[in-house]
Amino acid sequence: MSARRGQALKEPSQKPTLDYLAIHLNMLKLAKFEDSLLEYSKQGILRGSLHLGQGQEACPVGACLALRKTDNLTMTYRGHGYALAKGCDLGRMAAEILGRKDGLSGGKGGKMHLFDIDNGLLGANGIVAGGIPTAAGAALSAKVLKENRVALTAFGDGTVNQGVAQECFNMAALFKLPLILFCENNLYAEMTPLSRSSGNTDLCNRMAAIGLKTIRIDGNDPLEVYETVAQARKRAAVGEGATFIEAMTYRTSGHYQLDPGTSYRPKEEVEEWRSNSPITRFAKWLVSSKHATPDQIKKLENQADKEVKKGFEFALASPAPDVQEASEGVFV
Amino acid sequence: MTYGQAVKSAIAEEMRRDPRVVLMGEDIGHHGGMFQVTKGLFEEFGEDRIIDTPISESGFIGMALGAALTGLKPVVEIMFFDFSLVAMDQILNQLAKTTYMSGGLSVPLVIRTQGGGYKGAAAQHSQMLESLFLHVPGLKVVAPSSASDAAGLLKAAIRDPNPVLFIEHNQLYAKESDIDATEIPLGKAAVKRSGSQASIFSYSFSLTLCLEAAEQLAKEGIDVEVVDMRTLNPLDFGTVEKSVKKTHRALIVHESAARCGFGADLAAQIQEKLFDELDGPILRVTGADHPLPFAKDMEFASLPTVDKIIAKVKEVLA
Repeated sequence: MSARRGQALKEPSQKPTLDYLAIHLNMLKLAKFEDSLLEYSKQGILRGSLHLGQGQEACPVGACLALRKTDNLTMTYRGHGYALAKGCDLGRMAAEILGRKDGLSGGKGGKMHLFDIDNGLLGANGIVAGGIPTAAGAALSAKVLKENRVALTAFGDGTVNQGVAQECFNMAALFKLPLILFCENNLYAEMTPLSRSSGNTDLCNRMAAIGLKTIRIDGNDPLEVYETVAQARKRAAVGEGATFIEAMTYRTSGHYQLDPGTSYRPKEEVEEWRSNSPITRFAKWLVSSKHATPDQIKKLENQADKEVKKGFEFALASPAPDVQEASEGVFV
Repeated sequence: MTYGQAVKSAIAEEMRRDPRVVLMGEDIGHHGGMFQVTKGLFEEFGEDRIIDTPISESGFIGMALGAALTGLKPVVEIMFFDFSLVAMDQILNQLAKTTYMSGGLSVPLVIRTQGGGYKGAAAQHSQMLESLFLHVPGLKVVAPSSASDAAGLLKAAIRDPNPVLFIEHNQLYAKESDIDATEIPLGKAAVKRSGSQASIFSYSFSLTLCLEAAEQLAKEGIDVEVVDMRTLNPLDFGTVEKSVKKTHRALIVHESAARCGFGADLAAQIQEKLFDELDGPILRVTGADHPLPFAKDMEFASLPTVDKIIAKVKEVLA
């Protein structure tokens, strides 16, 4: 199964009391945030490589909506969306990504290492499976300390082939950890398609063999993502253990800012996904199901623009960190 | 009390005083540890706090990081120092850098391991790999040579808000000494034998060889000082400086290989900061720069011995 390209969204089965407009606003904010990052990268204001998650906005927005502030989260470098959706301050995040003093880590971490312990965020990671054990450990501590807290770790289909991921999947099943293993299957591990990187491309089948409960969903539908993660959270919190969620999605941007993403994928494939992005599709559904008027959608777009602009204004006004701080803070 | 018992008593004491301390590792619970160091702890503290893990070093060390960030104080055991090599990303890329990259999060965890040769275990079960962990910043590194130091330093390591690599030595587990119940602060070297003609800087099992060598040299009228570094990071250069200013000659002894080792770095620091104090070149006795061979005579030829240390002290004094 892949995500339902171009299909209309179904009405949510359980009619959760969700603020659909807020969901759309969050996806818009994320998309505009990443648009801005790309622009600052082109202008040379943003340094280093930049890994965008364009086209995958429904995953972080839907998943984090099902989490509590105290729940823990780790993700890969393609994780701006998770940080924002988990509640990170947009301005401080932008400041970190631009290497400013008021950034989340005072400019020492940068875009691949976003930490925000107050919102449960235990780090984006430069190593694709690097943060999976951290999340598993947070789940372990919740279990040992008997705290009503779960952990979610978000990663891609490429990540499941790193050894440490498999080690943690096994321990998650073995110890019945309150953990949600959220796999964004965007069909490509960097530039290599799943079929050329996995002997068994049925990821749920592989994880079920380890002993995990698994489910494959449309990762481009924020409501389905929300409902699935909410169920997984419930299971985790009552001691039923970890769930592996395979969210089918597609990265419409390249692997990083200098990759057009079309040398290893047919242009038509990319275009088709782009024209049916989660944001486009959700907006259509909001209007057709009468949850919003076109005018309201436009207003949300303006609001997202405004909030993102405000965040970057804060970041750009923040000074560079003091150079002497580079040698400080190796230990607490 | 033996060195092994001292390690256990320090763990048990810390677990009794702080409910956040948990143990994780392979065969540490039901079995009591490969070297029986943790025997009895499972019975006292139960499976919630003494966690037997699969053979998944990367996974459980990384989990210790996550647990440390969210309220626990894990003490993780790596059965053989050599096995740390399968978990290098989690140790050096993740837990050693988290405090810095996050802008100040505390990572209160201890990785306990044991290394060392002289026992016919060959190239993958004998290594002392401390230099690798000193090269990448972010870990405190401790390598005690006596039961008393092991107990005192381990207590300090568990109470420390930073990640600590605590290196035990296989050849020391049965060694007895009186235990002082107090915590020994990290980052303090100890002069284990006072002397006037040359300074020997060492740690872990090699330190005990240095003390034996010093005894024998004393019978020949040669008076050497033996300094136990104990903590390799942070380095107590103050004690090194004091000793060099007293004897003006220095020898560094460790079991790990010479190239880019602890001795190479310490020698560089001494000559950078104390060049005018030296009356001769700084020499080293170290493990050989090749994998450790299995056959007994080959193995001992590849490691520091009392005879090699005595001969090298004489070279330092020549």
